[in-house]
This record gives sequence, structure tokens and C-alpha cells, in this order.
Amino acid sequence: MSVLIFAELDEGKLRKSSQEAIFYGAKVAEQLGTSATAIVIGQADESELATAGRFGATNVLHASDAKLNEPNGMAYATVVAAAAQQEGTKVIVLAKSSLADAMAARLVGKLRAGLAANVVELPDLSNGFRVKRSIYTGKAFAFTDLTADVKILAIKKNTITVEESDATASVDTFSPALNDSDFGIAVKSTDKATGDVLLPEADFVVSAGRGLKGPENWGIVEGLAKALHAATACSKPVSDLDWRPHSEHVGQTGLKISPNLYIACGISGAIQHLAGVNSSKVIVVINKDPEAPFFKSADYGIVGDVFDVLPRLTKAVQAL
Amino acid sequence: MKILVCVTSVPDTTTKITFTDNNTKFNKAGVQFITGPYDDYALARAVELKEKLGGTVTVLNVGEADTEPVIRKCLAIGADDAIRVNADPTDAFFVAEQIAAIAKENKYDLILMGRESIDYNGGQVHGIVGELLGMPSISPVMQLDIDGDTARIVREIEGGKESLEAKLPLVLGCQEPIAEWKIPNMRGIMTARTKPLKVVEPTSKDTLTNVSGYELPAPRGNVKMIPADQVETLIQLLRTEAKVI
Ligand SMILES: Cc1cc2nc3c(=O)[nH]c(=O)nc-3n(C[C@H](O)[C@H](O)[C@H](O)COP(=O)(O)OP(=O)(O)OC[C@H]3O[C@@H](n4cnc5c(N)ncnc54)[C@H](O)[C@@H]3O)c2cc1C
Ligand SMILES: Nc1ncnc2c1ncn2[C@@H]1O[C@H](COP(=O)(O)O)[C@@H](O)[C@H]1O
Repeated sequence: MSVLIFAELDEGKLRKSSQEAIFYGAKVAEQLGTSATAIVIGQADESELATAGRFGATNVLHASDAKLNEPNGMAYATVVAAAAQQEGTKVIVLAKSSLADAMAARLVGKLRAGLAANVVELPDLSNGFRVKRSIYTGKAFAFTDLTADVKILAIKKNTITVEESDATASVDTFSPALNDSDFGIAVKSTDKATGDVLLPEADFVVSAGRGLKGPENWGIVEGLAKALHAATACSKPVSDLDWRPHSEHVGQTGLKISPNLYIACGISGAIQHLAGVNSSKVIVVINKDPEAPFFKSADYGIVGDVFDVLPRLTKAVQAL
Repeated sequence: MKILVCVTSVPDTTTKITFTDNNTKFNKAGVQFITGPYDDYALARAVELKEKLGGTVTVLNVGEADTEPVIRKCLAIGADDAIRVNADPTDAFFVAEQIAAIAKENKYDLILMGRESIDYNGGQVHGIVGELLGMPSISPVMQLDIDGDTARIVREIEGGKESLEAKLPLVLGCQEPIAEWKIPNMRGIMTARTKPLKVVEPTSKDTLTNVSGYELPAPRGNVKMIPADQVETLIQLLRTEAKVI
């Protein structure tokens, strides 16, 4: 009956977003009067897996078959479905990511489970099973009743404030049968930035637009990001022009993020850009045009030239 | 090459969203409907592949009669024919079952969708359809080339991308820069009027979720402006007032 949380690894460590998913899942388990089990797939040390206990999981199922070393949404769905069956799970929780989204959709088909994506609060169990989720790219919320026997909740970043305890989780090896048909996609190469703060997971984001004039000027954006331990992001024209990689593009047709702090530099604030960032907790806008629409959606604003303001902000952060 | 492109009809990206009937209905008054921006990328690549390799492009929408302008526009852009499943697309599983039923009948080599719809942003229909058909699904796809029965794909992952290879048939969720959005020309618009648009009834009615109401986000408070000669105070305010750093 336990609540099952799909916890993702990044280089052998539990992802920050997965810690939040575990904490959220443990709270749902409390509501339902049951316990929380995390399913982790891939290579990781037992001591690392036991840290799932800090966020509220009592048990971790660890699937470490070498065939699962490459992230694979289909094969992972097979593993999670087997875990759900073993545990008699009715509620599965995960944090949105490219892998988790692919996995969750396949699970819907396998288990005929109702999936709510972009969940922003704990469920309301007073009358069935109701969740609040973000729709229209952050422009509204829908209250959704999950009517199927098995329910999957894909949570957005910053849905719940995580508290840690000093508990540890027990770790069990989990070795379900795998399907050959899940391994039809061959990964030829991976090209991934390492060492940087991952944008979807970042608490702080420094983002820049066409106001930066050209890719050669990104040093001042990276400088502030580095001082804050922030990730960098950009507007759509900036990635269209190849000034920055596509994976940094936020907005309607890019990533949707909800960090604690979003600093927008030389971005006008078009509605399609706002759609991707408007659920950030605090928004700072720096623009030389006092009429820039972004100021209407900001918490703090500076009318000024980014080439002057950014280096000064970086110094002020370094002085903290 | 037989390609199916699944498209949504969604409010234009500049729409101000509002609800009526005590927050239980989306207010369509004055709203301009467009093809889902990600679906538009899928369609553009499908038309390019057809031009290069030959074959057909069929457009599919699960929706009521008011989605037909969007379907006609897809035909004007270069799809050969269209199917509309006549139903309110209430739930991703419901939509996926309709798409899977049509795909079983017609055996497509490629089923292209958008990475996500911009109304419900579920990003799930492609994966569910893949599972229902026993086909691999991949999303979000940024690059797609076909070489015989093999697809070469570049997919976005957190902080980068991945190059993949898989055998057809496949279900793909697409995003930029897979192709440039296409704008219909006059000739396209003329021929679209006579291209076949078949309307069929849904084959099943199962849903797994049900929306009971809506809410708009609370507006942000007033912006606090910081004079340009004192920008350093922003950092103090973020620490002491906003308490985020
Ligand atoms: C269907 C659709 C989907 C879209 N999806 C997205 C999306 O996902 N993400 C996205 O970002 N956009 C998206 N767009 C595009 C969007 O409409 C805007 O065109 C885009 O966001 C503008 O980018 P920008 O603010 O960087 O550039 P601009 O609009 O050119 O703004 C540049 C800003 O920089 C300021 N500036 C210039 N120089 C300086 C300086 N020295 N110091 C300070 N400020 C300066 C200017 O005052 C201006 O406000 C989409 C559009 C459509 C139609
Ligand atoms: N009602 C629908 N009719 C046809 N295709 C759809 C429909 N809803 C979703 N899709 C397709 O599935 C993709 C993902 O949608 P979603 O899972 O709702 O985010 C969309 O980009 C479309 O390609």
C-alpha cells in the first residue's frame, strides 16, 4: 500500500528535485496512513541511497541491473510498474524531468493510472483525491480529481518546503524482469554540461535576453550567476540566434522553471517569456527601458544598463 | 513514408486566460485559437520529410467542430488529409486511446506530436500512445532524420542533448529547432479547402482524471524600483526583505 516515489540519480547522487519528491511523497503517505518507499534505478552507493530516509522514505528499492545504466524511460517504467505491483501502490510521486516525464507517460499506459502533471500542492483527500496543478503554462490552475485506482503525481519544483531529519532508509535490491522491447533506442552520444548548476533544479537563475547584444558579452551574466551559485538561462531569440544553447531557453516554448529567484537582464518580458518563469518566487528585472513590460511582473526592478548594473551586483554579492 | 501528425487547437500564446460559470469553464469569448506551437514544429518537419522522401502526411485532432479552422490550416501547410475524432478532449488517456485506435487501423511509420500541449502541458499523450501501441516513444525531439527504416534523433536532456537511433515505427514528441514553423501560402489555402477531412466518433470513453474547477494565480505585489545609483541595495533587500539569498 505504500506511496512509491521515483527518485532520480545524477552521477550516483539523489537529485535535489527527487529529494523534494520524496518529502512530498512521505507527506502524502502520512495523509493516507501508510509509509513511503523510494524506487531508485542505476548505480549508487548504499550509503547515498539511505539518505532518502532524511526526506521521509522508510525504504528504498534499488534496481541496479547494468542494462539500466543509461536513462531509459521505457525500461524504467517497466521497473517502476513492477515495484508498484510488489508494494500494492496506489499513489506514485515523481519530480518532473525529461526522464521522469517519459517514464510517467508509459506508466499511465501500463497501469491505466491517472496522471496529474505540474502538481503544486499536497492533494486534498477530503472528497476523493483532488490535486491542484498548473495549466496554460503557468497562467492558471486546475483542480483535478484522479478517478483511476492508481494515481501518479508529477510535482513542479518548489511545490513543498523540504525539511530534513536524521533518519536513514533501509535499502533492498530490486531485480524485476526486464523487457527486451524496452531497449530498442540506442544512445549514440551525450553532450551535457557538467559541473554547472542544472537549470531545472536551480534555486537561483540569472537570465539574459537580446539586450546583451551578443554572445561575447555573456561573461557578465555568468559572473553574477557564479557569485550566486545560480544557473544561467536565456530568452528564445537568444537561443534562436545560437548565442546560447537551446537547453537554456525558458518560456512558452522552452523550459518552465520555478526557482526562488529569477533575475532577468535585458529581457523585454513578452507574455511567452513570462509563461516560463512567472511561478518563480521572486523576480528581479534589469532593463534600460522604464516602459519594458517585464517591470509589471517583477518584485524588484532596476532601470539601468546591464553592462553597468551586472558587474556592480556581482561585486555586491561577492562582498556578502 | 506514412506520417501521422497529432495537433491541438489551443488559445493563442498571448491570450489572457479567464474562466466563467463560477470558475468551472474556460472563457472562449474573444480568444483566438491556433495550432499548438510544438505541434506546428512536428507538422513542419513532417511536411519536409514528405517532400524529401515521398509519402503522405495525415493530420489528426481529437476535438469538437470548432477545431476545424486549425485542421484546415494544417492542410494548407502541406498535410494531405485529416481526421477529426469528434469529442471534447477531456483527458490525456482518453485522447491517447483515440489516437492509438486510428494508428492501429492505418499503420503509420511515424507518429509525430508536440512535446506538450500548451493548454494542459501534460507532455504525456505521446508516451501513452507509444505504450498502447507497443512502440518506442521519444521526447523532446530537436532533430529528426530518416535513413531507410532508421530514425536518427537528437533529444534534449537536462543541460544538454543526446543523439539516438531507433527503428521505425516510432512515436515522437517534437520541439524546436526540428524545423521552422511554416506559414501557409495562397495556393496551400486554396487546395486545403478540397482536401479530405474525415470526422469519426470516439471508440472508447474511458477517462482517468476529471477537472472540477479552475483558479487564477494571485497577482504579484507592486514592483519595488531600486534607483540605478544604488543597485547594491538590491542584494541587501533580497537577503533581508525577500529572504531568498
Ligand atoms: C508562439 C510563440 C512562442 C514563444 N516562446 C517564447 C519562449 O519560450 N521564450 C521567450 O523568451 N520568448 C518566446 N517567444 C518570443 C517572445 O514573444 C519575444 O519575442 C522574446 O521573448 C523577446 O526576447 P528578448 O526580451 O530577449 O528581446 P527583446 O524583445 O528584443 O528585448 C530586449 C530588451 O532588452 C532591453 N535592453 C537593450 N539593451 C539593454 C541594455 N544595455 N541594458 C538593459 N536592457 C537593455 C530592451 O529595452 C528590451 O526590453 C515566443 C513567441 C511566440 C510567437
Ligand atoms: N486533443 C488532441 N488531439 C490530437 N492530438 C493531441 C490532443 N491532445 C494532445 N495531443 C498531442 O499530444 C501532444 C502532447 O500533449 P499533452 O500530453 O496534452 O501535453 C500534443 O502536442 C499533441 O501533438
